[in-house]
Formats: sequence, C-alpha cells, structure tokens
Amino acid sequence: MSAFRDAGHLLRFAGLFVLAFIIFLVVRKVVVPKSFGEYGHYRGASIGEIAAHPAHFAGHQACDACHTDIADEKKGGKHAHVNCEACHGALGKHADDPASVTPAKLDTAVLCVRCHAASVAKPKNFPQVDAADHANGVPCETCHKPHNPALEAGGAK
Amino acid sequence: MNGVEGFMYPNEVELVWSVLIVLYPYITGLVAGAFILASLERVFRVDAVKPTYRLALLTALSFLLVAPLPLQLHLGHPERSPEMYFTPHSTSAMAMFGYVYLWYLMAVLVFEIWLDYRREIVLRARRERGLLRLIYKIMTLGSDNISERSLHIDERVGWVVTLIGIPSAFLLHGYVGFIFGSIKANPWWSSPLMPVVFIFSAMVSGIACVMVIYMATSKLRGTTIDMRCVDTIAMYLFYTFIIDFSLEMLDLVHRIYEADESFRSLNFMVHTKLYFSHIVVQIGLGTLLPLVLLAITQVAKLSEMARKRTYALAGALTLIGIFAMRWNVVIGGQLFSKSFLGYTTYKVGMVTREGLPVAIALTLLPLLFLWVLVKLLPPWDDASAAHGATGD
Ligand code: HEC
Ligand code: HEC
Ligand code: HEC
Ligand code: HEC
Repeated sequence: MSAFRDAGHLLRFAGLFVLAFIIFLVVRKVVVPKSFGEYGHYRGASIGEIAAHPAHFAGHQACDACHTDIADEKKGGKHAHVNCEACHGALGKHADDPASVTPAKLDTAVLCVRCHAASVAKPKNFPQVDAADHANGVPCETCHKPHNPALEAGGAK
Repeated sequence: MNGVEGFMYPNEVELVWSVLIVLYPYITGLVAGAFILASLERVFRVDAVKPTYRLALLTALSFLLVAPLPLQLHLGHPERSPEMYFTPHSTSAMAMFGYVYLWYLMAVLVFEIWLDYRREIVLRARRERGLLRLIYKIMTLGSDNISERSLHIDERVGWVVTLIGIPSAFLLHGYVGFIFGSIKANPWWSSPLMPVVFIFSAMVSGIACVMVIYMATSKLRGTTIDMRCVDTIAMYLFYTFIIDFSLEMLDLVHRIYEADESFRSLNFMVHTKLYFSHIVVQIGLGTLLPLVLLAITQVAKLSEMARKRTYALAGALTLIGIFAMRWNVVIGGQLFSKSFLGYTTYKVGMVTREGLPVAIALTLLPLLFLWVLVKLLPPWDDASAAHGATGD
C-alpha cells in the first residue's frame, strides 16, 4: 500500500499524459473535417468543391466545333497534337461566350521559342532552333503558319 | 540565369531547402548527442562524467524545444503543421517523425529531468515565494512526497527511462537521416548509410557541445573544471569521432568505387562549389584537425592548462565541422541538376524569413532557453550548498 503511495507522483505524471491524450482526441475531433477519409486520405467533400470550380480550359473538341477551318488546317500539320489552348491559353470563357470574350493576340517571338528554343535537355529528335540564328528577328509566322508550321524544304527561304 | 551553370530543370534553379533546414538536423543532432552523453552516466555508470549529467539533459531539452522552429519558419503555412499529427499518413516520414519528436520530448527528456530534479523542485516549492513558488508548485504536479522510498523509486524509473531513451535518441536522429537518405531522386542523399552517419555525427556534435558548454559555464561561474570529467568526455568524443569519420569515409569510398551515373557530377561539385565547405571546413578543419588534437591529448602527457585549451579548441572545431557536414548534405544536395548537366548557386538570404539573421537567432535561442532552465533547475553539484549560504 505504501509503495503505491510513494509512487503516487508517477501516477500524476501519467495522468498528465492521459489528459494530454484526451485533449488531443477532442481537438482532433473538432478540427478534422467531417468528410475526411470518406474515400481516401483526403477530405471527401473537396471533390464536390473542386468540381464546382468554373472550368478555365474548354478543351480541343470545343474549339474544333466552331473553328472548323483551323481544326482542318491543323489536323494535317506537325502541330496536330499540340492543343489549341497550349498556345492560346485557357479560353473556357471565350468558348462559352465568343461574342464578348475575344482571345488576346499572340506574340510568336515569345510563344514559339517556349517550346522550340534549342536546349541540350530536350530529346534530340524534337525540332529545335536557336531563334536568333534561325529567324534573325523576323517573326516566326512570316515563314511558318502557326497552325501548320512545316515548310516544304526550300519553300519560303 | 543567375548563378546557373549548364542546364538546370526549372524547379531546381531556386533552392527550396535553405539554411534553416541545415539548422534543423544540426540542432536535432545536438539533442541526441547530449542525451547519449547523459546516458553514459546513468546507464553505463561512467561516474567521471557525472558533473555534466544534468547539464547534458538540460542542454538536450533546450535544443529540442528549438528543433521544430526552423521547420515552422520554413513552412508557408505553419498553422497547418499540426495537421500532420491529426491526420498522419503512414507514408509520410515527416508525420512519423512528429510522433517520435513528441515521444522523445515528453516521455523521455521532460520525464527524466522531472524525476531527477523532483527533490529540488519540492524543496524549492516549499522555500520560494511569490511567482517562483507557483512555478515550482506547478512543476511538483501537486505531489509533496520526497520520502526515501519515493526517491528510490524515481531513481529506478529514471534508469528505465534512460534505457528507453537511448534507442529513442537514436530513432530521433536516425529519422532525420532517414528523411534525407530515403529520397531516392537525389543521389547525394539517397544512401542507407545516411541515418547511421547522422546518428554518429549527432553523438559527436552533442558530446562536443556539452563539453564546451560545461567548460564555458565553469569559467563564467568561476568554479574549477573537473578535469577527470572533461578528460573522460574528450576520450569518448575521440572514439565516437573515429567511428563517425570511418563511416563517412566508408560512404565516400563506396561512392567513388561504385561511381554510378551521378558520380561525375557530384565529384565535380566537391571539387568546385563545395570545395571550401566540404574539403576545407568539414574534413580538414572540422574533422582531421580536432581528431589530431584529441589524439595528442590521448597519447601525450599534457599539462592541465594545455589539455583545457586543446579540448576547447577541438570542441569548437568539431561543432563547426558538424555544422559544415549538415550544410554540405542539405545545400550540397540541391546544387546540382538531376540531369547531371548543370549546377546552381545558393545565396543565403538576409532580410527574409529564412535569412541569415533568423538562422543566427535560432542558433542562439537554445542558449537562452538553457539559461532559463539553468536558473530554474541549477544543474551544478554545489547548487544546494550555495543556495543555503546566500539564502535566496
Ligand atoms: C461557340 C463557338 C466558339 C468556340 C467553342 C470557340 N470559339 Fe474562338 N471564336 C469564335 C468566334 C465567333 C470568334 C470571332 C469573335 C470575334 O471576332 O470577336 C472567335 C475568335 C477566336 C480567336 C480570335 C481570332 C482573332 O481574329 O483574333 C481565337 C484565337 C479563338 N477564337 C480561339 C479559340 C480557341 C482556342 C477555342 C477553344 C478553346 C475557341 N476559340 C472556341 C467562336 C468560338
Ligand atoms: C502552335 C501554337 C498554336 C496552336 C496549337 C493553335 N494556334 Fe491558333 N494561332 C496561333 C498563332 C501564333 C496565331 C496568330 C497570331 C494571332 O493572330 O493571334 C493563331 C491564330 C488563330 C486564330 C485567329 C485567326 C487566324 O487564322 O489568324 C484562331 C481563330 C485560332 N488561332 C484558333 C485556333 C484553334 C481553334 C486551334 C486549335 C484547333 C489553334 N488555334 C491552335 C498559334 C496556335
Ligand atoms: C506547346 C509547344 C509548342 C509551341 C508553343 C509551338 N510548337 Fe511547334 N511543334 C511542337 C510540337 C510538339 C511539334 C511536333 C514535333 C514532332 O513532330 O516531333 C512541333 C513541330 C513544329 C514544326 C515542324 C518541325 C518539323 O520537323 O517539320 C515547326 C516548323 C514548328 N513546330 C514551328 C513552330 C512555330 C513557328 C511556333 C510558333 C507559332 C511553334 N512551333 C509553337 C510544339 C510547339
Ligand atoms: C525566314 C523564314 C523563317 C523564319 C522567320 C522562321 N523560320 Fe523556322 N524554318 C524556316 C525554314 C525554311 C525551315 C526548314 C529548314 C529545314 O528544314 O532545314 C525552318 C525550320 C524550322 C524548324 C524545324 C527545325 C528542325 O530541326 O526540324 C523549327 C522548329 C522552326 N523553324 C522554328 C522557327 C521559329 C520558332 C521561328 C521564330 C523564332 C522561326 N522558325 C522563324 C524558315 C523560317
């Protein structure tokens, strides 16, 4: 019995732990969102919230539906697999309401080198040029049609 | 681009882990090392180091309290960090580390210090007045029992806690090494030796730190340094340092012999960008020189004064060397590109949340904590006697 009394202070310390643990559980209950873990290690309700965000991108198919001419032009060229919005930027709003939202003009001096600037890190077979050398300050679209850029060898040059 | 040579992927140009992330393993290492030193006395009954037992525990606690701060300052949203406790993911090394940290802080360090000081705490709660009395009263947890038997029980329980504490200290710092060693995308870090190297370098830095703090505080308080104690500590420092150095060399030799695809790039880095911090500071000044100094004290018969000076110098160099080691791991691991085709530069910020002033403040903060702890719970042997005399 006295051994128990002499170890009483240890029980107090242990009590501190139990108390801290209970507080932890209570706080946890309060702060962890209700839907956490519903589907996985995340907040289940976030799926709905994210789905409710307005879409910024309209997607290839949407553009093709109205701009059939360009879609046709692009289809046969080297840029066939480059998405419209990869160059034109997110145009969801424009696709919803073309009359009031007009896409900004693109500057090919910035746009084309974003993908085609020569770099050792790019796969060897990806077409790349040193812009200063290759275009000499002439805008790219003078020679290349953006939607179908390949030139017949010796064509324009 | 600024400071970039060759090719870097865009996300590699800026270093995301700054000098604060260098401090984090450094401080955690000091904790683990100081605790291991304390356990020498408690578990392995090395009586000579007794004068530093309590000091080592308090040092460990004050550094442990600061250890998470660099991480908090590094986070963009520090208020979200508790989420790692509330909804831990089993694949998150950091979340698991959070629990190790809490366990080590509360179940090992605070508990052990409390047990060891309980007698003094109770006596002071009876003696002090005002606010101090209240503080000590709270620390007693309302138990006034300091009977022979209860103190005996404390002694036994304290021993068990220290015993559990040793693997916990290894776990604590092993985990820090693990966090780096398990990053398979980074060849500079990814090595199963990393946790082991971290543990031994932690022991080295912690032992050196307590030794230097002990010598400095003795000087400040005008008491004599217990030479048997520092001689023993220096001996242990020497031995652990040899193990630590061998492990690091083993890692190095292994890398050189294996010479995998990352080797040319890393080798280049060690010869250029990291030359000063790695070869000169870490290996030269921070490892070989203190090792030689300590070796001299082991083989030659030096005067007491000469030994003191050598220990102080070796200790300070060791602390710098281990800091350089953390620097080279954390910063070095981010200076090269995963493409192995380019290198970037790290410039320590000044007036940023992760800048140099913040780093210096965080390094000094544990000393402030230690000062407060030492005031509250004097670790010196002569403390009770001095107190009786001045009657404060
Ligand atoms: C609902 C039909 C519709 C959809 C879908 C649509 N557009 Fe348009 N787009 C138009 C119309 C109509 C115009 C002409 C508006 C004007 O002249 O102001 C236009 C104009 C443009 C222009 C500017 C032409 C210029 O002369 O400056 C660009 C670029 C453009 N669209 C790109 C896109 C892209 C990329 C998409 C797919 C994300 C897209 N559009 C989807 C109908 C559409
Ligand atoms: C490789 C980048 C690129 C891609 C991919 C691309 N465009 Fe363009 N687009 C341009 C450039 C450059 C211009 C000319 C600059 C300007 O007028 O803004 C342009 C102009 C246009 C125009 C203005 C009318 C014209 O013919 O000058 C329309 C409409 C247009 N693009 C629609 C589309 C649609 C629809 C797609 C997807 C089927 C698409 N673009 C894909 C780069 C691109
Ligand atoms: C989003 C990235 C991207 C942008 C922006 C882009 N391109 Fe391309 N380009 C490509 C891809 C992908 C290919 C196809 C490469 C292949 O077939 O391997 C390509 C192919 C080409 C080719 C054909 C090369 C050949 O081998 O015949 C030319 C020329 C070209 N682009 C010019 C341009 C010009 C001019 C612009 C600016 C209007 C531009 N590109 C903008 C991605 C881009
Ligand atoms: C003066 C006309 C001219 C201008 C301006 C021009 N190009 Fe070209 N470009 C050509 C010709 C011609 C070829 C085909 C040459 C060949 O196949 O060797 C070509 C080929 C390319 C290729 C394919 C290279 C390869 O290795 O397959 C790319 C990519 C390209 N150009 C990008 C650009 C970009 C980006 C710009 C703007 C900075 C630009 N060009 C401006 C004439 C031009």
